[in-house]
Amino acid sequence: MDVLTSAYKTVKESEVNVWFEVAKAEDFPKDGGVCVKYKDKQIAVYNFTRKGTWYACQNVCPHKMEMVLSRGMIGDENGIPKVACPMHKKTFSLETGENLNGDLDAIAMYPVKVENNIVYIGFSE
Amino acid sequence: MKSVLVIGNGMVGYKFCEKFVANQVDGNYKLTVFGEEPRPAYDRVHLSEFFENQDAKKLELAPRNWYEENKIELITGERVSAIQRDLKKIQTSSGKEYTYDYLVLATGSLPFVPPIDGVNKEGVFVYRTIEDLEGMLAYAGKLKQEKPEAKAAVLGGGLLGLEAAKAVMDMGLEPHVVEFAPKLMPRQLDNRGSNVLKLKLESLGINIHLNKATSKILGNGSIEGMQFGEDDALETDMLVISAGIRPRDELAKSCNLEMGTRGGIVVNNKMQTSDPSIFAIGEVALYNQMIYGLVAPGYEMADIAVEQIIGDPDKQMTEDIDMSTKLKLIGVDVASFGEPFMPAEKGHSILFENKTKHLYKRINVSHDGQKLLGGILIGDASDYNMLHQIYLNGMDLPENVEDLILGARSGGESSFGSAMSLPDTAQICSCENVLKQDICGGLLEGKTCNLKDVMAETKAATGCGGCKPMVTELVNETLKSLGQEVKETICEHFEYTRQELYGILKVKKVHTFDEALEACGKGHGCEVCKPLIASILASLYNDTANKEEVIQDSNDKFLANIQRNGTYSVVPRIPGGEITPEKLIVIGEVAKEYDLYTKITGGQRIDLFGAELHQLPAIWKTLIDAGFESGHAYGKSLRTVKSCVGSTWCRYGMDESVSFAIELEDRYKGLRSPHKLKGGVSGCIRECAEARGKDFGVIAVEGGWNLYVCGNGGATPKHALLLAEQIDNETCIKYLDRFLMYYIRTAAPLMRTAAWLDKLEGGIEQLKQVVVNDSLNIADELEQEMEQLVDAYECEWKQIVEDEQLQGRFKHFINSEDSDDNLVFVPMREQKMPKAW
Repeated sequence: MDVLTSAYKTVKESEVNVWFEVAKAEDFPKDGGVCVKYKDKQIAVYNFTRKGTWYACQNVCPHKMEMVLSRGMIGDENGIPKVACPMHKKTFSLETGENLNGDLDAIAMYPVKVENNIVYIGFSE
Repeated sequence: MKSVLVIGNGMVGYKFCEKFVANQVDGNYKLTVFGEEPRPAYDRVHLSEFFENQDAKKLELAPRNWYEENKIELITGERVSAIQRDLKKIQTSSGKEYTYDYLVLATGSLPFVPPIDGVNKEGVFVYRTIEDLEGMLAYAGKLKQEKPEAKAAVLGGGLLGLEAAKAVMDMGLEPHVVEFAPKLMPRQLDNRGSNVLKLKLESLGINIHLNKATSKILGNGSIEGMQFGEDDALETDMLVISAGIRPRDELAKSCNLEMGTRGGIVVNNKMQTSDPSIFAIGEVALYNQMIYGLVAPGYEMADIAVEQIIGDPDKQMTEDIDMSTKLKLIGVDVASFGEPFMPAEKGHSILFENKTKHLYKRINVSHDGQKLLGGILIGDASDYNMLHQIYLNGMDLPENVEDLILGARSGGESSFGSAMSLPDTAQICSCENVLKQDICGGLLEGKTCNLKDVMAETKAATGCGGCKPMVTELVNETLKSLGQEVKETICEHFEYTRQELYGILKVKKVHTFDEALEACGKGHGCEVCKPLIASILASLYNDTANKEEVIQDSNDKFLANIQRNGTYSVVPRIPGGEITPEKLIVIGEVAKEYDLYTKITGGQRIDLFGAELHQLPAIWKTLIDAGFESGHAYGKSLRTVKSCVGSTWCRYGMDESVSFAIELEDRYKGLRSPHKLKGGVSGCIRECAEARGKDFGVIAVEGGWNLYVCGNGGATPKHALLLAEQIDNETCIKYLDRFLMYYIRTAAPLMRTAAWLDKLEGGIEQLKQVVVNDSLNIADELEQEMEQLVDAYECEWKQIVEDEQLQGRFKHFINSEDSDDNLVFVPMREQKMPKAW
């Protein structure tokens, strides 16, 4: 099962080689998430409208390896933006990917940019 | 001012600085630290995390300015080249000189590189520093471009070797582990344990080669393979050597300090070397004729050395060093404590092995079965902390010792008890030597008030992190014992109870989550308050879950129940359990068309499992066209009103229970509440509908209906209690309206009616006063509110089916019509089920 998560590695903005065009910003639900397909990867993207920020991470939850994080609720905890997995409410920081309410592996994070109202996710390959 | 020089800025060298700063009161000492590596001390235990984020800063134990702030001079990138003991002076490689009053050697160790022919070839690495890792990464990157199927071998199947194997696997290389001994982790595991670990690692794609003595590194310039013995070889494009450590003792040797025969600086139990003004700590120190490669003893040595210089010189190093370890290797739990291998004259072993699940547990117990001497856990080390504590504290074992690894099998309590039952002096965090009393004491004295405080104050769980679950339990239980959860506020965003919030939102006429935050909250919400507010708004206005989908709980967001593999189940409403053959056929056809698993539910309806997100709107279109409605099986709302067949067919029936059940279900369908609601109607006291196990139950008796409320099945079964006797249909509905509205207004989040009644002061008698006698004078209001909700009902699935825009969220991908290709089903009894986790 670990094979599923091992395909996902955090990409820093400086490591981006491909800015993948996803969709128009208004296609994303406000303060909600959607799932994006990039090659054989599934990436969850959140439009955190209340904060005016965007986040992207792996769609697979490291707890039970299901492709569901994009369907999770977002929010914050002590100022840290987070997402809660819809399956068992495991929460992850949207800044570092760290599991906030347990000791699961951190999830991989990807940079997001919005230019001319188009949302892009950064990949290293 | 006296001068203390520390040579070496690794984990133990840093710990010395930290303890020195914490203990120094008068500022009479000047601390100078020399580090050979370019960066300040970092966490070598979690080195493999560098591959995940390649962020060296994250591994830092303290940032560079920490040293400045604490007046420590940190000189990195500079090696100390000589010690002149007679002059109490050292010299660096760039020729600078420093004098000392005390000298601390924390030079650590170097990876041992066995003298194998060809070991200098390109592509051969050791695994120790961030620079080593960077070199490996660069080489692996180059390799992969030339040869996508490149292999990497790791020499050494110990702890660090297996970590290195994960590292090369993460680099996309095919990993091979080569071990000289006949088993993996030979110091920690027995043969059985090694076999189970080997199976597990192989299932993850790591190739294991045991019993291999490497005689030669093959290749022309760069490595191409490894030769074992005469005619056995392994092709590989890279090699990482992890064959143990050697203390870095050359400085001490050159100034004639006493050395061990196989290296290491001899120290006494005060960490003093043969020169009383020179201390040695960490992996360079030879204590009790042993080099200790673990963090915990290293930290204790640092502590002892500090005490010698500025604290209590009588403090001594522990005699028996606990070598217990627990770690997650490539996601596999591995733990070993006390004496993992035990000779038969000391006691007996109890073994559990299940290779199909890659599990192995062994505990060693004294002959009389009273004391735990050690053990090994592979695959599941969740009980490690408790076992380790039982071992460390010499606690008495339960009567059935095997329960410790098999779990209590006759029901009842766990075989351990809680962490609170440990003695106050139990060491909870071995890395930082934190006792239970340190953790609980601070909380009891009010110095700390949550987990974060405790970790900052005591440093518990900040080393390897293995004890964190236990620390968390201690903190939570201690806080509970202090009564510190008196006001059950919702979360950090809303400091109110649900009932208070319900009132505020109603009075301020709040309609959206953002308005709620503005009216009485702070921050941006979370998975606790969002669905709660969604539920209150639905209870206030009967807005369906479509209005603000992003604040709905998992199931409400997609109006279906999310199942084990991320697919959904579909439950159409079948009021009272009554259904025509035509409708049954429609359900059957839908299930066939979409290949859904079908099952009759406990609430007399039919559940269709295994629908993918994108199929839901089409499935519901067919169902709604055939006259079905949402069954709200996914919501904290009315589920079903179960019925027996009643006087229409039954020869005992006193009244038409099916008709009344349908009327009630239609009345309250879509009603959102603090938790789910279930009802039942029975046609006579034989009670075939099991109505008294429901939140509300109606039973036909001579002269009318008896109305029962606040029953429950589930985890804490409870019979519903009688609210009113021999009433007619109209009165029954009136009382039910009042009862349900009163519950919705006042219950805590996710509190069923039975628990709510338990908490209600005055219990059922008080409830009778409010509902039947209108003692609070709110009956009219409650009835009106319910009437509005009933009138406002809309089928939320019908809304979706009729509005294409609303269907947008039922796509797996925003940028593709593909479905989730990750789903796997397996056959079961002529249907299908999700593949097991």
